[in-house]
Amino acid sequence: MRRMPVEMIKEVITEERKKTLKEALVEFYYSWIRPILKNRRAFIGSLILLMFISMATVGPLIVPLDLTTRWEQRFLPPSWEHPLGTDYAGRDIFQQIVHGSREVLTIAFLAAAYAILIAISIGIVSGYLGGVVDAFLMGITDIFLTIPSFPVMLIIAVTVRVADPFSFAAILAIWMWAGLARSIRAQVRSLREREFIEAAKVLGMSTRHIVFKEILPNIAPYITIYFIRMMKGAITASVGIMFLGVVPLSIVHWGVMMNLAMFQYGAVYVPEGIFYALSPLMAIVLLEYGAICFASGVEEIVNPRLKTYE
Amino acid sequence: MATLFAATTILFIVVHNIPGDVIYVWVYDIVETYGVSWEEAERIARVMFLGYEPDKPLWQQYIDYIRNLLRGNLGYSPTFRLPVNAIVASALPWTLFILSLSLSTSFIIGVLLGMFIAWKRKTIIDPIVSAYAAFTDATPDFVTAMLLFIFLAVRLGLFPLKGAYDAEIVTPGFNLPFIANVLWHAALPVLSYVIEHIGAWTLLMKGSAVSVLEEDYVRAAIARGLRESRVVTAYIGRTAIIPLVALIAISIGSMMGGSILIETVFTYPGMGYFFAQAIGRMDYALMQGLFFLIIAGVILANLVVDLIYPIIDPRAREE
Repeated sequence: MRRMPVEMIKEVITEERKKTLKEALVEFYYSWIRPILKNRRAFIGSLILLMFISMATVGPLIVPLDLTTRWEQRFLPPSWEHPLGTDYAGRDIFQQIVHGSREVLTIAFLAAAYAILIAISIGIVSGYLGGVVDAFLMGITDIFLTIPSFPVMLIIAVTVRVADPFSFAAILAIWMWAGLARSIRAQVRSLREREFIEAAKVLGMSTRHIVFKEILPNIAPYITIYFIRMMKGAITASVGIMFLGVVPLSIVHWGVMMNLAMFQYGAVYVPEGIFYALSPLMAIVLLEYGAICFASGVEEIVNPRLKTYE
Repeated sequence: MATLFAATTILFIVVHNIPGDVIYVWVYDIVETYGVSWEEAERIARVMFLGYEPDKPLWQQYIDYIRNLLRGNLGYSPTFRLPVNAIVASALPWTLFILSLSLSTSFIIGVLLGMFIAWKRKTIIDPIVSAYAAFTDATPDFVTAMLLFIFLAVRLGLFPLKGAYDAEIVTPGFNLPFIANVLWHAALPVLSYVIEHIGAWTLLMKGSAVSVLEEDYVRAAIARGLRESRVVTAYIGRTAIIPLVALIAISIGSMMGGSILIETVFTYPGMGYFFAQAIGRMDYALMQGLFFLIIAGVILANLVVDLIYPIIDPRAREE
């Protein structure tokens, strides 16, 4: 057998063949679209999520927001003109839900993205380096895991006086990354012992290559699942904070709508106000249900042995 | 311990960065009431409400601050005009009452149901419970609370709208009307927690019990012809419940967080309700006192679980 010099093997492995667009699409179809279409739960979840995403992106363009007060039209029941009825000031509830979905999803998406970034960096550094760094980082992670997140988020939100979705999402993210960082660390530790990583190390590949090209792709599906779960968590937390009327970013945010219905305009106490009180609740439940279905469906696809709701 | 330390440090940083206008309001208040100078009033406000003296060096302030917290001196609430200790003393029992009732109800029912499903395997209950758990997971606890509030308390009028008991009707003490009244007021908050958590406990217990079912000693027990109920409870249940006990501490932490919104929905005078009030009125003294207590409670729960663990799990005793 002819022996190949190490340099050549390295070249063969690290060589990046440029994929054509068609190849990339085909690969994407077979690795993501088809399994999702075949998995009932993932399919339902993705439908619901797609509905909310299109509602948040193109929805506000199609449905204009009219916040003019019309007292004579307050608390109207659903009709063709007002699909979900009107609120305490005669404004269309459906418009508010559509425009609110953009607020809700933006904050949830940003918070989950920040949290994933923190979790990936801490998890990989901790799992890959090990030793003192690992002990230190995991000590910090444990502290973040033990402190109940919701009260802290509230305290920080009122102290900082959040005024924009970016900083609000950051406050949420600070208390969301710890669990994921822990499990990424565990996965990286077990990956580190596997042959292909050993081989990459023996070949003298850079740490950057090993982390980004060998380790990250292996935990990518897992991170996708977590991303959706974190968005769900961020929705609950942000709506909860808004519900207390602490971060009044926008009047159409679902949490603010709930706050107004519950504490300000007494919509929960009058029978006619039921549509205003229930609409944001139902929207939240449906959105989170979609997220859960999607996440657990993808989990089934990636790891058939693990079934969350079975 | 490190957690408590970290939490108090966060509190200290937060308290040091209170928006200026909040302090301004208090100081103005003190100047108006006691007729002292502005500087004196500011010092009083910080010492009284926040537990540190602004003149001392930072590290000294920090040590004083922690010493105050550990001594149980939680400061004075400017909005309720009461020592924080007094508020805590009145609020804590209600929260403990609600949480312990909800936790034990959902835990016991969840464990029994999970055990039953795992043992019977293919029953109609299994998919129902799974679907139910996915649905409650999608429903934040305060949404459940609000739905219960709107339909059972407001629409049907079956339950009271607010409070922990009716002071006009019953006198606090160990008498039947009072206990009945308290339970009637606690019903919906407890129900919200139970609805929210029961599915998760059932699924956890089921998963744990299914993995125990495969064990040789369970087969041996069945082969020995032991009664079914004995195999399920003493052989499967006892082992399967162990991992769940570890989760109780985490659950208490998340329920404490959830209590802020649930108690607010039902205007139930517990820790969570006062925490939400403190947040809404920027009452930092009350906020930090309650937060400190929540953290201490969570740590205590962790400790208790650590102590209970060797009792229920003989394997942990070996070390």
